[in-house]
Amino acid sequence: MLDLSWLLIAVPLASAFVLLLAGKRANSWGHWMGVAASASAFLVGLIAFLQMIGRPADDRAINVHLFEWIPGGEMHLDAGLLVDPLSLTFVLLITFVGTLIHIYSVAYMEDDANRRIFFAYLNLFVAAMLLLVLADSFLLLFVGWEGVGLASYLLIGFWNFKPEYATAAKKAFVVNRIGDIGLIIAMGLMFAAFGNLDFDTVFGGVSGASEATLTGIGLMLLLAACGKSAQFPLQSWLGDAMAGPTPVSALIHAATMVTAGVYLIVRSAAIFNGAPDARVVVACVGAFTLILGAVIGMAKDDIKKALAASTMSQIGYMMLAAGLGPIGYAFAIFHLVTHGFFKAGMFLGAGSVMHGMNDRVNMRRFGALRAAMVVTWVTFGFGWLAILGIPPFSGYFSKDKIIEAAFVGEGWQPWVFGFSALIGAGLTAFYMSRLFFMTFHGKARWEDDQHPHESKLMMTVPMIILAVGSAFLGVILASGDRFVDWLEPVTGHAEHGEPVLPVTGLIGSTLFLVAIGVFVAWRKYGAADVPIEPPPASLITIAARNDMFQDSVNRAVFQRPGQHLTRTLVYADAAVVDGAANGTAAGIAKTGEVTRKMQTGQVRGYAATMLVGLVILVIIVVQGGL
Amino acid sequence: MTFVTPTIEWAPLIPMMIVLGAAALGVLLEAIIRNPATRRVVQFVLSIAALLVAAGAAVLQWATLEGAGTIVMNGMITVDRQSLLWQIIILLFGIFGAMLFASRTSAGESAFTPLGASVPGSQDETIARRKGFELTEVFPLALFAVGGMMLFTSVTDFIFLFVALEVFSLPLYIMVAVSRRRRLLSHEASLKYFLLGAFSSAFYLFGAALLYGATGQSSYEGVALVVQQTASTDPLLLTGAVMVIVGLLFKLGAVPFHSWTPDAYQGAPTPVTAFMAAATKAAAAAALLRIVYTTFYTLGWELSWLFWAVAIASMVLGTVVALVQTDIKRMLAYSSIAHAGFILVAFGGFSSQALSALPVYLVTYGVATIGAFAVVTQVRERTEDGSIGGEATRLGQWAGLGKRSPLLAGAMALFLLSFAGIPLTAGFIGKFQAFSAAIDGGAWVLVLIAVLASAASVFFYVRLIILMFFTDVPEGAEEAVEVDHSPLARAVVVLTMILVLVLGIVPGWFLDAANNAAVLLIGVAG
Repeated sequence: MLDLSWLLIAVPLASAFVLLLAGKRANSWGHWMGVAASASAFLVGLIAFLQMIGRPADDRAINVHLFEWIPGGEMHLDAGLLVDPLSLTFVLLITFVGTLIHIYSVAYMEDDANRRIFFAYLNLFVAAMLLLVLADSFLLLFVGWEGVGLASYLLIGFWNFKPEYATAAKKAFVVNRIGDIGLIIAMGLMFAAFGNLDFDTVFGGVSGASEATLTGIGLMLLLAACGKSAQFPLQSWLGDAMAGPTPVSALIHAATMVTAGVYLIVRSAAIFNGAPDARVVVACVGAFTLILGAVIGMAKDDIKKALAASTMSQIGYMMLAAGLGPIGYAFAIFHLVTHGFFKAGMFLGAGSVMHGMNDRVNMRRFGALRAAMVVTWVTFGFGWLAILGIPPFSGYFSKDKIIEAAFVGEGWQPWVFGFSALIGAGLTAFYMSRLFFMTFHGKARWEDDQHPHESKLMMTVPMIILAVGSAFLGVILASGDRFVDWLEPVTGHAEHGEPVLPVTGLIGSTLFLVAIGVFVAWRKYGAADVPIEPPPASLITIAARNDMFQDSVNRAVFQRPGQHLTRTLVYADAAVVDGAANGTAAGIAKTGEVTRKMQTGQVRGYAATMLVGLVILVIIVVQGGL
Repeated sequence: MTFVTPTIEWAPLIPMMIVLGAAALGVLLEAIIRNPATRRVVQFVLSIAALLVAAGAAVLQWATLEGAGTIVMNGMITVDRQSLLWQIIILLFGIFGAMLFASRTSAGESAFTPLGASVPGSQDETIARRKGFELTEVFPLALFAVGGMMLFTSVTDFIFLFVALEVFSLPLYIMVAVSRRRRLLSHEASLKYFLLGAFSSAFYLFGAALLYGATGQSSYEGVALVVQQTASTDPLLLTGAVMVIVGLLFKLGAVPFHSWTPDAYQGAPTPVTAFMAAATKAAAAAALLRIVYTTFYTLGWELSWLFWAVAIASMVLGTVVALVQTDIKRMLAYSSIAHAGFILVAFGGFSSQALSALPVYLVTYGVATIGAFAVVTQVRERTEDGSIGGEATRLGQWAGLGKRSPLLAGAMALFLLSFAGIPLTAGFIGKFQAFSAAIDGGAWVLVLIAVLASAASVFFYVRLIILMFFTDVPEGAEEAVEVDHSPLARAVVVLTMILVLVLGIVPGWFLDAANNAAVLLIGVAG
């Protein structure tokens, strides 16, 4: 089955094509075909996983040759898949969560006339994402990377008849391009340094490369990761991306695509191991974004945007872990997996809430929904406990490991990274509890036309499954270091460093900060009345409500000068380049007109031309030159 | 001098004999089968079958060729991989050509006049049309032309080359003359082509005579050995060489021997134009390649002046004049002149890479050319009584074609992009190969000029694309143009389109084949 791994990509891709080409006649069965494609990809992944477990640990990286892609010359590149524990982890996450979200979407998108196209895009996304994680070269990875970008663009703008949604899609697209430039430059550097782009050559050649080269590649990869994973300073698109249908937010903008940056860093571990400076930058970006996201999350009243801020912050944790090096890689992926479950579950819960509340997202008009939507309340509650890191829910096992690892090291780093992670945990507890209480507890602040009701079974069942995962996945994977051992062939063996503070103290203080966060949130949003209009707030809250003015900064720093530059260029282009080009064109056209007159249609003229031409050529050749 | 009867190895000649034999059979059938409709079907099936079998035989020979190849008839003909590749290429063009010849409009009209011998506009013509006559002689004529061209690519003797030249030229002169519509234009084109063709044949023959005079030899190898041994720069020899090359440059359509091209391309029935533009150029390039790399290789320095001058003149003049054309067939004709220049660029550095580059270039160019002219056959004027008229060749009539027939307009756009040499189309691969051959020979200045000319040519190709897709149809023009559906022409469009894409995206297999063919059995180079 491992040799058939290409089916993972081919099946959803084929389904996407069929759905796009079949047109309206697929309306009645298209969504089921989408679900089936995703589910069969999961089955293939599961079988591959079972076979993989049967193999010895040091023989768990299988190269599946697909076809000769770029033959010949200095660069010979085959398209192939690399099936190893890391990519299989992603395959299982993507296809399992993806299938659940497909099923959820059947009900969620029921009233949409273009449901089949939605499923086509979802399938396209699954195929591209699987290509991204299974690729055995950076170039093929880039194909998947662009593929998920395309799917993300199409799905954010799925309701593009609303101009602001179309703008959001465009914004995501443009910001992601900046990251893509990073990946392209990184590939250029790799090609210059190693001569090829497949993982074997690149990672095999690392030992022979200079640290400066590796640092350059690492920073460019980081830029790419920042774009895709909404890390500072390229985070501004994620909030707007919530314009897409909620299942999209759950699958693409929470569980899978946005974590591709983390995958890229962990996959390129060999490069980052050789470039400690680049790694520190990765950790700094992660630490900063985790705080930034948490602060933004505290101020958002839009349930989806608050969750988006939380995603940004949680990916910050993963980035931080990845930046810590060998001791962090496995934990980054561990947290990625558990986060994929609980965050997708909460997004689906948010979608369920929106379904019951006429698609409104303002949490100030929610409240007391626990009675009306029991299943949503309970499943969301599981996700909430998981992200808070309350034992034994899954977030506890993954996040605490990151916090511990962040405290390992020498000099200033453990203190800065460790305390960022620790404080982040407290902030997370506050804003997630705020979200939870504002939505499900307190007094009902509904608008007159809102009549909350529980969603259909087809929506609640995926939520329940994800909630079960949020609850138990952590303990299952963490017991006996099962997950870390599983990834060890890829991430390498890590010596357990001692944190600069005692571990028990760290666990205790984390839980203490979390408890404070929950308590404050309860006082303010659970027990007390929540005002319907946002109250006047401090400067920092206003800043957070406005995404830390990132859009304004972008506008002032990049957009305005950019616009002036383009205007100048357009002017210069019109006056100078076009002038020259048009002048040349006019001149050539004149010449053409004159030359055309030579084509008189008279045979004698033609014959004379030939004769003169011959004579001239003979003279030239016999004379030996002009 | 005793005369020795040559022992002829027949086996390597089988592909050519199949084609020429089928042509002779076709002439007989003309006399035997009297019903025009039956004759048309029989002739078409016979042509396609002969061409396919010949192609199969050529491929088989390629696969089973032992050593470098076979010399037949005391060195008159050489069958090696290079010549087999060219034969296969010409057969491919022949198959497409035959399909276009057999294609008819939805009103059931072929591209050819019902009675070639009738005076245009006369009573005879009207009667012939009413009685449903068919000019099915074009099929055997095309087979003769194909056979002659195949021979042309394999001949290694200056005198025999002249025979092959005439074998494929004479049928073409006739085929140009038998257009169904605008017959006077067609006659005029044919006469011009014939007169100038005769003129250039005379150049060639005179050149061959001079070479014989200078060396006492008539075979490529014989002349080559003398040239090499004496290191001669005898004016007689050089003049002979130039005149021989000029005779071939005429067939290639290079400046200043190009003047027949626009008139002949425009006047000829479009299927003939398609076949002629692709196959004649291929045959001429093949013969030129073999002569230059077998016989004149040691004269490289002297002859490079010629190639540089003609290549630059062709590229510049072809591009510049194409810019101001208003008729699509003439535009494509000038574009073909520019392409003749690009072909000559490959000779610029006298690098042996040209041996593998030119087959690639000619295939990519020929396939797109046939496709483009196949599209032209289907964009028709509408007559006043609403039936399908002649071809709408004025550029303005193509406005808005993209809305009316996305397939045709899309295919045309693809062919134009391929002419322009845009990556992911076949044309890019062809240009890349040709230019890298020149670079390999150190002729980077020539390549620079070629790249500039290539860039300028994008203008008139893209102009047509813009016209087809982004220009609104003027009031009333909507009714004046009709898109025809003839299955055979459609098939040619689709097949060429696929080939252009395949050669553009996965050219590896073909480049490998061309590299295999880059060795001449007899030759100084390579």
